[in-house]
Amino acid sequence: MGNNYRYIGRQSPRRDASDIVTGATQYLDDLKFQNLLYGKVLRSPYAHALIKDIDKSKAEKLPGVQAVLTWKDLPDYRGGTPRNVRILDKKVRYVGDAVALVAATTQEIAEEAISLIAVEYEVLPAVFDIDEALRPGAPAVYDEYPDNILPGGTIIYGPNCLKGVVRGDVDKGFAEADVITEGTFGYENIPNAMPPESVAAVAQWEEPNKVTVWGTTQAPYMDKVTLFHVFNRQLDIRTIGPQCGGGFGTKIMCWQVQSYAVVLSKATRRPVKVVFTKEEHLASFVLRVGSRINARVGMKKDGTLTAIKGTWYVDTGYYSFTTQAQVAVGSGELMIMAQCPNWDLKNIIVATNRNASGSTRGFGGQELKCSFIPLLCLAMEKAGLDPFEVLKKNFVKPGGGYYWRDGNWFNYRGIDFSQAMDKGAETFGWKDKWKGWLKASAVNGSKRRGIGVGVHGNADVGEDAAEAYVQLGYNGTATIFLCVAEHGTGQKSNYAKMAAEVLQIPPENISMTPADSLVTPFEFGPVGSRGTYAIGSAVINAAEDAKRKLLEFAAPKLNVSPEELDTADGVVFVKDNPEKTMKWRAMGNDRTILGYGRFEPDFTMCNCMMTFVEVEVDTETGKVDLVHVVNATDVGQVIDPQGLEGQLNGCFGSAGIDSAIFEETIIDHRTGHIVNANMIDYKWRTFSDLPRVDHVVLETPFPTHRFHAIGVGEVATSPGPSAVLMAVSNAVGKWLYEYPVTPNRILKALGRIDPNVSNRSNGEGR
Amino acid sequence: MATKNTHQKRKKTQELRPISLTINGRPFELAQGSRLGEVEAFHTLSHTLRETLGLTGTKISCDNGACGACTVIMQGKPVLSCKILTVECDGKSITTIEGLRNQETGELDPLQQAFIDYTAFQCGFCTPGIIMTARALLNENPYPTEDEIKEALSGNFCRCISQYQVIKAVKSVSDDALAVSRGGYQPAGGK
Repeated sequence: MGNNYRYIGRQSPRRDASDIVTGATQYLDDLKFQNLLYGKVLRSPYAHALIKDIDKSKAEKLPGVQAVLTWKDLPDYRGGTPRNVRILDKKVRYVGDAVALVAATTQEIAEEAISLIAVEYEVLPAVFDIDEALRPGAPAVYDEYPDNILPGGTIIYGPNCLKGVVRGDVDKGFAEADVITEGTFGYENIPNAMPPESVAAVAQWEEPNKVTVWGTTQAPYMDKVTLFHVFNRQLDIRTIGPQCGGGFGTKIMCWQVQSYAVVLSKATRRPVKVVFTKEEHLASFVLRVGSRINARVGMKKDGTLTAIKGTWYVDTGYYSFTTQAQVAVGSGELMIMAQCPNWDLKNIIVATNRNASGSTRGFGGQELKCSFIPLLCLAMEKAGLDPFEVLKKNFVKPGGGYYWRDGNWFNYRGIDFSQAMDKGAETFGWKDKWKGWLKASAVNGSKRRGIGVGVHGNADVGEDAAEAYVQLGYNGTATIFLCVAEHGTGQKSNYAKMAAEVLQIPPENISMTPADSLVTPFEFGPVGSRGTYAIGSAVINAAEDAKRKLLEFAAPKLNVSPEELDTADGVVFVKDNPEKTMKWRAMGNDRTILGYGRFEPDFTMCNCMMTFVEVEVDTETGKVDLVHVVNATDVGQVIDPQGLEGQLNGCFGSAGIDSAIFEETIIDHRTGHIVNANMIDYKWRTFSDLPRVDHVVLETPFPTHRFHAIGVGEVATSPGPSAVLMAVSNAVGKWLYEYPVTPNRILKALGRIDPNVSNRSNGEGR
Repeated sequence: MATKNTHQKRKKTQELRPISLTINGRPFELAQGSRLGEVEAFHTLSHTLRETLGLTGTKISCDNGACGACTVIMQGKPVLSCKILTVECDGKSITTIEGLRNQETGELDPLQQAFIDYTAFQCGFCTPGIIMTARALLNENPYPTEDEIKEALSGNFCRCISQYQVIKAVKSVSDDALAVSRGGYQPAGGK
């Protein structure tokens, strides 16, 4: 779509490109600190145990050791939702739970000290999945929650936080239905987003109650807010977010590693760095939530949904911080894709003795839909309907609406995504390839091809407040004060483009502050899909405010009203008489023109991604190959074409499409150990296994954002997994319900191996 | 990590001779020992580059030979610097990401420029390792096929999925080199 923008939508190098390709970019572990100590964590070998005794005397005597902390040494500092998770506790709740912390002059001494701490455990029985946790008389992960059910709702979403969806009359809805299907379906392979940079923090304590924390973070200002509460609202906290080596949603919250660094720095009065090894990262940092739905769906012959009723079980692992929020957002996201008048969808958040779940790209909605769509498929099959048509029909359109996270109903006022979906189907060749349910689109000997489609939309594009300042420089430059750490989306470059477009100066003339809570105003962080609309709008508003102040300053000097003025290239001019000008330089070097911008949350908009996949299944070996993927979306306005392309290509990784094919976290149910917590045994897509991928990107202007854009990168991962399940089922002619579609599951479905043989030696077939 | 429980086992290192390395064209002599700035027997090359020499462009991700993030070029070959002990590198010539640009003029390697032009990265954490692997490939095989590029990079993890743009960037360098070798146009960047 043509436009007259100078910078928006035009390809330009990322601001940090030169540093990234020369190795000059500084991620957390690249920063240098004087007098630095290294922190390490002693972790529990048991999934559930009481610490009867800890003897740290040997560790403390090791030369170079500066502090050894156990639960006895720490006040009652807690995180989590509800706030019931101590930094160190006398009870451990998963294999890898923190037992003690050490700070020493070298990494090696810290590791050796860890091995010198003697711990006596009383091992308790443990629960590793939803069934075990909810069984009557099951061991309780928390004494406070004897049934292993955590309270719903999160205070940050307000007193009426969405805890489920109740609307209309489901009995009436089912009575009106032509087809009804019900069953239990799950997305319980808890894949790991696995960013390359491990989770880490550095803390520098300053007496009496100040601390500076550098984090591997997607949300540096929120780190300050979170830690403030963890430390009982008694600390003066400054948080700094250097370049972040990938987060995919997980690094919105790194409070544990940050807390370890803080308490060790407080104990030693020296800066302390704690870096998780990759194994710790995979086994002790957050996974996706485990998701299972037991539900009933009613549908008319034309694909109109009439009723959805059921319970969403959410396995959060040993604690939650963001899970209640993910349940709220996820429930709303389901409503966006399934416009239905009658709902009764409850949810239950279950605690289990495994590594915690947390925020990951897709934020609850991906997990819920991966469970829900297989159920919907059965209804669509029963009604003999094409899934593309049903998904398109039921996605929110102008005039529709949904409940969102604060419990309020929102009338949708965004665009109709049907055109993008149609174009996606055309690019993919859906109409030609769709042969009906459980029918292969092509067969060549033992190789059978099948197609599938999924959809996702998120109204968190406008979630949470954002703030920014823009300061004008007298030399025709500007500085953006913003607490955003670049984590791979390229959004920092995009914000500079947005400000450049408002101020009509080249982005190269715009500087950005580091993400430092001491310097910048509040910012929630580029998490979810909010980067473009929410944060972008704060920057744009700040630039507009600065521009307004500049024009007000110039007006008397040019003897006109501010409304008669505009500015470009560091020059203010009279619109009707462009000869009449004033250079920005006239503001002098002793004056600050500072604009303030704020974005107030707006839940009336959502983004949309529809993903089409074609798979080829080898019925001899059970191997599934992705042949072709088409992502279809409408972004309102492209900000940076290559940056967008990269984000959309991201659909495979970070626990996206590949979580339906080979990605999973495998827990040994006898011991609670994750058996693939390393990058060899946890499978990931390599360069030599890239399918063909195409993107359909439309630009239908959104009515909100100054440049009519909407963020979409986050949701690239979300529609794909259920589409893969659908495609594989169609290819082999049998329903496959479980993620991922391993060769064993395929061969079992085909009757080529004994269905009673366990998929793995651990939990399955329990 | 190759560093566990070695503290008590350290030998007397006074008599050990220093390790000679050439890094990015500059000679280094690193003393062996346990004092700050010295090389211990268990130090990996990635540790020495980052912690002892301050060359933090080489990244550590898995620290276990699985992800390729720590790739440097040693004696012309791409190697995983987390799986090599520094004491094994005596007499070796090593190029890191910091040494890829022209050390005199500061001009970027065409591959680095192509990565900028194609935005062939997102979070950028794996990028130095990917560039070093691709550079070693192009040094050995200036005109690789797409499959050869993929094969060479198959040990490099990229979670953001910048692989498609990386392949375009590497191919563009190879295409430009081919055009030059045939007496064609002078390349102006990667596009």
